[in-house]
Amino acid sequence: MIIDTSSAPTVPARKVEARKPDLLLTEEHQMCPGCGEPLAVRQFLETIDELGVATRAVAVVGIGCYTSFSGSLDVDLVQALHGRAPSVATGVKRMLPDALVFTLQGDGDMVNEGLQEVLHTAARGEKLTCILLNNGVFGETGGHMTATSVIGQRTKNSLDGRDADYHGYPILIGDLIARLQGASYVARGSVHNAGSVARTRKMFKRAFESQLRGEGFTFVEVLTMCPTGWFLPTAEGPQYMQSTLGEVHIMGELKADGRVRTTEELHAENLTRQRELDEQLARGGLDA
Amino acid sequence: MTNTTVPGRVLMEGSEALARASITAGCRFFAGYPMTPFTELLEHFARLLPENGGVCINAESELEAVGMAWGALATGARAATGSTGQGLSLMQESLSEMTLAELPLVVFNMARSQGDYFQATRGGGHGDYRHIVLAPQDVREGIEHTQLAFHLADKWRNPVLVYGDYLLAHTQEAISIEPIALPELPTKDWAVDGSRTGSGRSGSVTPLGVGKVGQLALGQEGKAQYIATKIPHMESEARVDVGFCDDAETIVVAFGSPAKFVKYAVAQLRAVGHRIGYVRPVTLWPFPYAALAAAAAGPNVRCVGSFELSAGQLVDDVRLGVGGRAPVTFIGGVSTDHSGFGVGRLLDVEMISARILALHEGRELPPIPGYREHAYEPREHQR
Repeated sequence: MIIDTSSAPTVPARKVEARKPDLLLTEEHQMCPGCGEPLAVRQFLETIDELGVATRAVAVVGIGCYTSFSGSLDVDLVQALHGRAPSVATGVKRMLPDALVFTLQGDGDMVNEGLQEVLHTAARGEKLTCILLNNGVFGETGGHMTATSVIGQRTKNSLDGRDADYHGYPILIGDLIARLQGASYVARGSVHNAGSVARTRKMFKRAFESQLRGEGFTFVEVLTMCPTGWFLPTAEGPQYMQSTLGEVHIMGELKADGRVRTTEELHAENLTRQRELDEQLARGGLDA
Repeated sequence: MTNTTVPGRVLMEGSEALARASITAGCRFFAGYPMTPFTELLEHFARLLPENGGVCINAESELEAVGMAWGALATGARAATGSTGQGLSLMQESLSEMTLAELPLVVFNMARSQGDYFQATRGGGHGDYRHIVLAPQDVREGIEHTQLAFHLADKWRNPVLVYGDYLLAHTQEAISIEPIALPELPTKDWAVDGSRTGSGRSGSVTPLGVGKVGQLALGQEGKAQYIATKIPHMESEARVDVGFCDDAETIVVAFGSPAKFVKYAVAQLRAVGHRIGYVRPVTLWPFPYAALAAAAAGPNVRCVGSFELSAGQLVDDVRLGVGGRAPVTFIGGVSTDHSGFGVGRLLDVEMISARILALHEGRELPPIPGYREHAYEPREHQR
C-alpha cells in the first residue's frame, strides 16, 4: 500500500496496538532520548512472555541507568549492589532451581566493578543468564570511561580519547566468558537497527532456553546507544555506535552448540558475509 | 564427633556445633571463603548442608559470599555467611545495604581478636544501621545463640552477627544440639520467587527506597527514616549476664570467651573475700546499658573495669553505661599468639585475676606481656 502524503491524513493519528510489553507496568520511563536500553529491555521481557515462563522469572538488577526500570518491570526482582548481581542471582537460583533467573547489568557494573563476579559465576556454570547492556560508558554518572570503552573513545575522563598506552585496552567480556567451561551460551547483540534488534531477540531466546534446559551459564551482551553519555545529537547514536563500539565488540554468537568463536572470527565471518552480499548486489540482486 | 559417657551428649568442636545448630534452625544456604579461625565452620557447612537439603558454596571471595547469601535470603530461605573480622571488612558494603533491604542475614565472625568490637557494634559500613550482635561465651551458648540469631534476624528482618573467636570455633565440648523453643513468626510475604511476575503486583527486595509502580515507595529519605525508627524497637533485645554485683565494690565487664575467664577469676577472688562482681553483655548491640547502669549504681561500687583483648573498644560502651557513676578503667590489652589468632598470653586466669585485683585494690596494673618490648616511641616531631 502506498500512503498518499500530498495532503493531511483524513483521520488523526491513533494507537493501533499495544506498544508496552505485558511485563512492564507502565510506558513511562526515565531514560534519555535515544537511549538503547529500553529496546533491549523490551526484547528480553517479550521473550520471557513468549517462552511462557513469566510466573517463574526472577530479575536481579545491578546499579546503572537501567536500575530505574526496577520500579516498572512487572517481574519479581532483587536489587543488587553495583557489580554484585551475579552472586546474588547465584543465591536466588540455588534456592529456586526451577526459576528463570537473570541479571540486568551495565558495562560499568559488570565489567568494571563486578568482573570477577560474572567470571566466577560463569565458571561455576550457574544455570542463570547474565544480561549486559554495553554502551561503553558510565551513563548514570554522566559519561565516563568504562572497561569496555573503545580505543579513541572520548569520555569525561578520557577527554582526548581512550589511549591504550595511558588508559589500557577495552575488555571483550564475551570472549572471556565463552572460554569458560561452565558457560553454555554466549552472544553479543545490538539494538542500533531493526535487524540487530531481531537478532538480539533470538539470542535472548536461545540463552533462556539453554538456562531452562539446565545446560549452564548463559550470557547475552547487548550494545546500546547512549547519545547523552557520548555527547552526541540523539539521532547520531546508532551510526556512532556501529562505527565505534560495534567495530570492536562484534555482534554474533561467541558460544553456541558447544562451539566457541572469538570476536576476531566473528569479525572475519561478518566481513565475508558482507563481501558476499556486496557481490550478489553487484550481480543485480540477492540470491534466494 | 566422639561419644562421651554422658547420655545424649557428644564431644564436638564449636564449628561443627554452630553449623549443626544453624541447620537445626532451618538454615538452608551458606556461602563462605576460608580464613582461620573461621575455616572449619565453612568445612562443616560444606559437608552438612547438602545432606540436609541445603546448599553451601565455596565463594571466590567474601564479597561474593555475602552476595550469594543476599540472593538466597531474598527468596525467603534462611541463609548465613561468615568469616573473620578481616573478611567481614570486605563484606561491609553489603552488610550495610542488606540492613536497608531488611534481609535477615546471619553472619558468623570467628574473630581473631576482640578488636572487631567496633566493626560489629558501630558497623564497618556506611550509613545508619545497626546489627544485633550475640557474643556467646562458649560452645554451649553458641548453639543457643545460633538458633536465636536466625530467629531474631527473621523477627526484625535485620542482620544478626554472632561474634565468636578461635576458642568458640575450635574448643570441643560435650554437647547436645536441641532445638530451642522460639515464638512463631509470620510468613515471609516480602520474599520473591517469580510467582508474582506478570501479575501486576510483582515483588521487589531492595535496599533502595524505590517501589514498583502502584506500590508504596518510601524514597531515599523515607527508607533511611524507616530504618532509623526501627532501631529503638530492636533495643528491647538486649541480653546480659550479671554476677556478684549486689554488694560489689569493683565491677568487671567482659564479653565472649574472655568473659568466661573473667567470671572464673571473679569467682576465685570472691572465694577469698574480695567484693567483686561482673557484667557480661550477651548482646553487644543492643548493649545492656540499663543493666550495667544498675550494677554501677550499687551502694558499694568504687570502680568499673573493662577487660577485653583489644586496645580498648568495649570500654566506650562501658563508660556510656556506667554514666559517670564510678570511674571506668580499661584493664585489657592487645594479646595474641604468634599466628595472630587471638589466643594470647593475656588470656590467662591468673593474669586476668592479677589485673582485676590491682584495679580493686587501687594499685598499678601489671604490665601486659609484650607491651614493653613493642611500645611505640614518638619521633622527635611528635613529642
